[in-house]
Amino acid sequence: MNVSPRASQLLASGGEAVPVPRVPRVKISKLSKRYERRGVLRSIDLELYPGERVALLGANGAGKTTLLRILATLSRPTSGTVSIAGHLTHKTAQAVRSQVGVVAHQPYLYEDLTAEENLRFFARMYSVSDERSRIDEILFMVGLISRRDDRVGTFSRGMQQRLAIGRAILHKPALLLLDEPDSGLDREGARVLERILGYQRTTEGTVLMTTHDLRFGLSTADRVLLLENGKIVLDAPAPSLDEDELDERLSRR
Amino acid sequence: MRDGLDKISIIVWKDLLTEIRTKELFGGMFIFAVLTIITFNFAFDMTGTAKAASGAGAMWVAFNFAGFLGLGRSISLERDKGSFDGLLLCPVDRGTIFLGKFIGNLLFITLVELISVPIFAALFDLDVFQPLLLLALFLGTLGFAAVGTLLAVMAASTRSREVLLPVLMFPILLPVVIASVRATTLILTRQTNDLSAWLNLLGAYDVLFLAISYAVFDRVVEE
Repeated sequence: MNVSPRASQLLASGGEAVPVPRVPRVKISKLSKRYERRGVLRSIDLELYPGERVALLGANGAGKTTLLRILATLSRPTSGTVSIAGHLTHKTAQAVRSQVGVVAHQPYLYEDLTAEENLRFFARMYSVSDERSRIDEILFMVGLISRRDDRVGTFSRGMQQRLAIGRAILHKPALLLLDEPDSGLDREGARVLERILGYQRTTEGTVLMTTHDLRFGLSTADRVLLLENGKIVLDAPAPSLDEDELDERLSRR
Repeated sequence: MRDGLDKISIIVWKDLLTEIRTKELFGGMFIFAVLTIITFNFAFDMTGTAKAASGAGAMWVAFNFAGFLGLGRSISLERDKGSFDGLLLCPVDRGTIFLGKFIGNLLFITLVELISVPIFAALFDLDVFQPLLLLALFLGTLGFAAVGTLLAVMAASTRSREVLLPVLMFPILLPVVIASVRATTLILTRQTNDLSAWLNLLGAYDVLFLAISYAVFDRVVEE
């Protein structure tokens, strides 16, 4: 008879539930990144868990985008290791990429293709199985179903950002990396982002986002990280933090 | 294997569709190639072997310079708009991305050549419609596109990429340029004694540099 690990634990404890240790979705160990002689990230240790929404704060040049680019496998760390959903970025980058969705400053879209063609291109690159229905679902989710046949070049910045968010979650990533997702978003875009963040939570997806908007970060995240000179100097639950205090601390840099 | 081929075809489809809509690469490359051929035709007034030799040179100058123009633009357009990073984020082997971009570039350059060659034939009054000439043309273009795609990606992330690309490409492309011109001259003058040696050199160069470019592409695109 096949018994699941969870069932075996219950049987062993005489039917009483035993707390199962949480397995981190992202595990970063002693991560450092240097550009020539300048250290951008300095020996970072961090664990992110399924369903967590984490805001990464820090002044310009603190290393936020570099950290996100390393997690996305676009940049190689100078030392240390990163594991995402059990895959090490330096060994199985391809497997890591299939688990990661990225929204960056640039939308990573092709302006001369339509919204649907863009999503179809990425759906095929990510080997999305239910391609057609998933594209419809995403276009509906980001409020662009009526503009599906229009070229992305004709879209406003906010609409492009919405489609970029849709592109990032097309393959149902286990880790969603958002680099200042609130910048350039119109009101509809902000609603879409909220919906997507809610959707990620229901699917146990982890979200790591950078933002300069403290209010947005504190209201949407469960946990806040503060990066200063390439080191994490604060790691706390969002509700425990005071916005003004944090603002003052960020302004001092 | 099949999955890799699917991904390559998707990248090529995307590049072709974009080019059909914008004509950003083809238009410039074609005009440049034809203008060079016309200029050479009116600059030299030659007959016989000299005409065939200068014709071969003119043809490769036109195609190589048009190729420089197209390769640089094809990658830098994607880099500037940030979509190249989007491509690198996809869960496919980076070598597959290289092959997709390489095949797209090869198709663009070949298309320019196919349309320019009849114009070249008419202006220089040379018999270019020979299978061997088409083979030399193909082998020369293959090596050019393989090295060019890799170096265009390298140069695209620098500020002086328009200058850097030809500077990087020239020394590496020298064997393929010499072999292509020599093979074309021999075919046009119908002296086929040494032809196989030049075609073999082109073939070996293509295999070697295609393999090297495929293997190192991952390192070239990573920070």
